[in-house]
Amino acid sequence: MFRDPKKAGTIASPYFVWALIFILVPLAMILWYGFTDDTGAFTAANIASILQPEHAKSLLLALELSILSTVICFLLAYPLGMILAKNKVSSQGIITTIFILPMWMNFLLRTFSWMTLLENHGVINGILEFLHLPGIHVINTPAAIVIGMVYNFLPFMIMPIYNSLSKIDDNVINAARDLGANSVQTFLRVTLPLTVPGIISGVTMVFIPALTTFAISTMLGGSKILLIGNVIEQEFTLTYDWHLGSGLSIVLMVFIVINMVVSALSEKKDEQ
Amino acid sequence: MSKELITLTHISKSFDGQLILDDLNLVIHENEFVTLLGPSGCGKTTTLRIIGGFETPDQGQVIFDGKDITALAPNKRQLNTVFQKYALFTHMDIADNIAFGLRIKNKSDQYIRDKIAYALKLVNLEGYEHRMPDSLSGGQQQRIAIARAIVNEPKVLLLDEPLGALDLKLRQDMQYELIRLKKELGITFIYVTHDQEEALTMSDHIVVMNQGYIQQEGTPEDIYNEPENAFVADFIGDSNIITATMVRDELVRILGVEFPCVDKGFGEEKPVDVVIRPEDVELVPRGEGCIPGEVTHIIFKGVHYEMEVQAGGFEWLVHSTKESPVGSQIDIRVDPFNIQVMNKPASEDEQAIGVEE
Ligand SMILES: Nc1ncnc2c1ncn2[C@@H]1O[C@H](COP(=O)(O)OP(=O)(O)OP(=O)(O)O)[C@@H](O)[C@H]1O
Ligand SMILES: [Mg+2]
Repeated sequence: MFRDPKKAGTIASPYFVWALIFILVPLAMILWYGFTDDTGAFTAANIASILQPEHAKSLLLALELSILSTVICFLLAYPLGMILAKNKVSSQGIITTIFILPMWMNFLLRTFSWMTLLENHGVINGILEFLHLPGIHVINTPAAIVIGMVYNFLPFMIMPIYNSLSKIDDNVINAARDLGANSVQTFLRVTLPLTVPGIISGVTMVFIPALTTFAISTMLGGSKILLIGNVIEQEFTLTYDWHLGSGLSIVLMVFIVINMVVSALSEKKDEQ
Repeated sequence: MSKELITLTHISKSFDGQLILDDLNLVIHENEFVTLLGPSGCGKTTTLRIIGGFETPDQGQVIFDGKDITALAPNKRQLNTVFQKYALFTHMDIADNIAFGLRIKNKSDQYIRDKIAYALKLVNLEGYEHRMPDSLSGGQQQRIAIARAIVNEPKVLLLDEPLGALDLKLRQDMQYELIRLKKELGITFIYVTHDQEEALTMSDHIVVMNQGYIQQEGTPEDIYNEPENAFVADFIGDSNIITATMVRDELVRILGVEFPCVDKGFGEEKPVDVVIRPEDVELVPRGEGCIPGEVTHIIFKGVHYEMEVQAGGFEWLVHSTKESPVGSQIDIRVDPFNIQVMNKPASEDEQAIGVEE
């Protein structure tokens, strides 16, 4: 659209200002707080505090639950994406049903509703009791957190996978069949590899918010299960130790950056 | 004639309640270059997809080498397809694309290497093993699609408008390539196109289709010189199609003038259509021909002049290497063996599938 790079620069300048104020400045502040102590002197102690058992434990648990949620999201999203792509459901319709409609209800409210569903005397246990089945204890367990993550982030896995699936020409699949591949071979050798870019963006878009969440774990995990996101949140809002909170944030950022580098690399490789 | 390889019997197919193929019967012989020719939407691709196994007919059977394969999955059929838009695997390099079918069949690495080299040589793309499909031109991708199909040594190669996306020059080159390939491989080609020139150039046998019906089958010469109905005459090349009356055997009245011809058996005083190819219409000085006329239009076409002549109340299309300027008062003459007499469509139904005036 903008052939003239100077003109494009002018038009985009509000965005640069926005990016400066809301992305770069906070990032710089976190780096500053993370590498200094109360006196303003340089220290690596905030970063090193991740090695403290309770911090390490919360990071490992966050990694474990977010990886598990990502895997579950993938396993649910792929078949769903295939069904949607096969039936030629318009992507407009999908965006509306899986993104826009849920957004009419606040994220916290939706997660809160899972609380009422999963509670020990909640809706699900009520139904189980009515059916004379044994109740389940899910609320305030890691399982509840995983349910919350999968529920909230599944659309971000479905969309890119659906997109890359629907881009595959029917005749490419037909060609594989024509060349002797049965449906399993066709899936493994053609369909799946062709959707790798979609899978990678889906994984990124689920894994990162799942790794950093504190709202879902607060609401569905009770106060006993602390993820790294909760620890950081508490440093900022309860203990007021911004230095420690920033230090832990930086550690978390490393994982996010690793994830993004891996996805960028594989996308590049895919383009070759 | 060589052995029957594929037989389609009473094939019908509808989509969304619309009849696309209606009781189609077709025999394809071993080692033939058969072309399905017809206008867009006439059901050529559907016929090819039924042969390839990507579509199941509502009725009828597909017989391959004496066996009914109507319900057989595409991966179990001894034929391969070259798809309209190549359909290469974009995530694999050229070598892996070509090797796809062979790997599925668990051929040895050595065998696969040899086959890739052989196929690339055959399509004149040696040294392209490690290129990605997206980095190739349309013509090159098309050759790879052909290479990928033929390494599997199919008995039949199905090609759906494989040259449709190429420019004219490349298309002509590829036509010769395909004819050469066909000879070297010694297999049956079933080729789909809506380009009559392509069909005439390449085929041993042409099947002209319209609206789900086979209009005529035969050699390119048969189809061109002796079209059986006005649709075929109109579709295959330019022609003058004129309503006429068969006076008796070997005499037909065209535009009120009686012409000797070579056709017999139409009865007496029967309405017919006649086809006269533009290159068969001779323009001779006034008084030497049968119908007097005037040249109304002339364009130079390279090899010949294309002229329009108003004569006997009909606008004749004439191709000639001799120029007759606009306004020339001339006569039209046609040799008896250049008049092709055709039955008028008998029923409304037949009319529907015939030429639209
Ligand atoms: N899967 C399908 N669903 C619905 N209609 C279809 C389907 N496949 C083909 N058709 C219809 O059947 C008719 C014949 O289609 P077909 O693709 O066989 O035509 P064609 O002769 O190959 O035409 P073209 O030269 O344009 O490729 C068309 O009207 C088309 O819209
Ligand atoms: Mg077609």
